[in-house]
Amino acid sequence: MNVPRHWREQVRRYRLLGSKCCDCEEISFPYRLVCPKCRSRKCEDYALIGKGKILSFTDINSPPQEHKYNMPYAVALIGLVEGPIITAQITDARAEELEIGMDVEMVTRKIMEYNEDGIICYGYKFRPIVKYAHP
Amino acid sequence: MKPNKSVGIVGYGVYIPKYRIQNTEIARVWGNDPNLVPIREKSVPGSDEDSVTIAIEIARNALKRAGIEPKDLKAVWIGTESKPYAVKPTSTIVAEAIAATPFVNAADWEFACKAGSETVQACIAYVGSGMANYALGIGVDTAQGSPSDALEYTAAAGGAGYIIGSSKESLAVIESSVSYVTDTPDFWRRQHEHYPKHGNRFTGEPSYFKHVINCSEALMDELGTNPEDYDYAIFHQPNRKFPLEVAKILGFPKEKIMDGLISPYIGNTYAGSALLGLASVLDISKEGDRIFCTSYGSGAGSDSFSIEVTDKINDRRANAPSVKSYIERREEIDYARYARYRKKIRM
Ligand SMILES: [Zn+2]
Repeated sequence: MNVPRHWREQVRRYRLLGSKCCDCEEISFPYRLVCPKCRSRKCEDYALIGKGKILSFTDINSPPQEHKYNMPYAVALIGLVEGPIITAQITDARAEELEIGMDVEMVTRKIMEYNEDGIICYGYKFRPIVKYAHP
Repeated sequence: MKPNKSVGIVGYGVYIPKYRIQNTEIARVWGNDPNLVPIREKSVPGSDEDSVTIAIEIARNALKRAGIEPKDLKAVWIGTESKPYAVKPTSTIVAEAIAATPFVNAADWEFACKAGSETVQACIAYVGSGMANYALGIGVDTAQGSPSDALEYTAAAGGAGYIIGSSKESLAVIESSVSYVTDTPDFWRRQHEHYPKHGNRFTGEPSYFKHVINCSEALMDELGTNPEDYDYAIFHQPNRKFPLEVAKILGFPKEKIMDGLISPYIGNTYAGSALLGLASVLDISKEGDRIFCTSYGSGAGSDSFSIEVTDKINDRRANAPSVKSYIERREEIDYARYARYRKKIRM
């Protein structure tokens, strides 16, 4: 259990906090110290809105021990509206309910627990957008 | 009880997990009579959900309706009896996730099913005293009943949160609130125990009914109102029967209760229960509607609120999902999957 590592990363994982290049405005997730496009070292925090489309996905049936409680679950490649492409677990839907091109939204969920006495790690997952209408 | 400054609800948000288990399925497993079950079905959290993740969804929905920056919140208070950690606040994780940190008061509140409404009352005081412009109070639970216990049929997951601010910016103004508590041993859970116990003969008459009735009557006495002055009333919903009975005793007709009575479809969300019922009424109410709301928590006590809806409800309501949309987002699961999601099966 690496508590300091989780603590350093937790805010970026809770909020989907990436970075934006101050020179060319390229948006990155995860956060980059050096802009991958123009190599500028001037990057600032940038909160992504957490919306995107599924580009590809796969069904996970033999996950690592710490994810067994969630199986079976899907992992998807998601194109965020701001541009970055990220890999994330899908929640609230199984692989057979997903389609390429489907709109998804970020949600903060439990990623894993270190046994009964360790820390609980929360972070981003994605799910099909909760549709709602008002009367 | 009224604060110095007039305050109200600037935004509200709710969340209910999508999984449902039918009461008849629980009755099938334990060999109980499926005709005698208390409600239709209850909500069940997914394997990656807990009070923290549900509270985060609630807080984000409340912020969408309020239209304020998270940094403007001066309190993130969470009422729950299902804290993921025995020691370590739920509220700091939620405050961090919604970007309200670090200049914010964060705390977990505890009082069985009343824990949520007391955070709202504290927010009223915090904003009403002028210490804060905005404060967020959330009631949330992922309640568990012991397998085969009567509470297993209703113990559910979900919650609601309210951002309190000045009445000028509010979608509903808080007219007044009252609390009523006594030491009553109707329900408890000791440290390190997985499931709560209840004192059978204390459930009902000397607990729920006494506290809800006395608290509600005290608030109406203070304001000089009576049930005819209200368009809707919400009472804590441990099942379908109790809120309907208590409304009848107090003199609220059934048609003023039904829009806020959601326990038949999702169960008892404990600290979230009365607050979710209130949200489902705000989802359909209009300017000038008056709403009466009384919570109940074992141990025992009630908080009552008198609320009047303003025209601002119209612009903000549609900015986040309604209670009804979460009720309709459902996937039925059987007892085996329910047992797995609730970690009743040890791996
Ligand atoms: Zn750049």
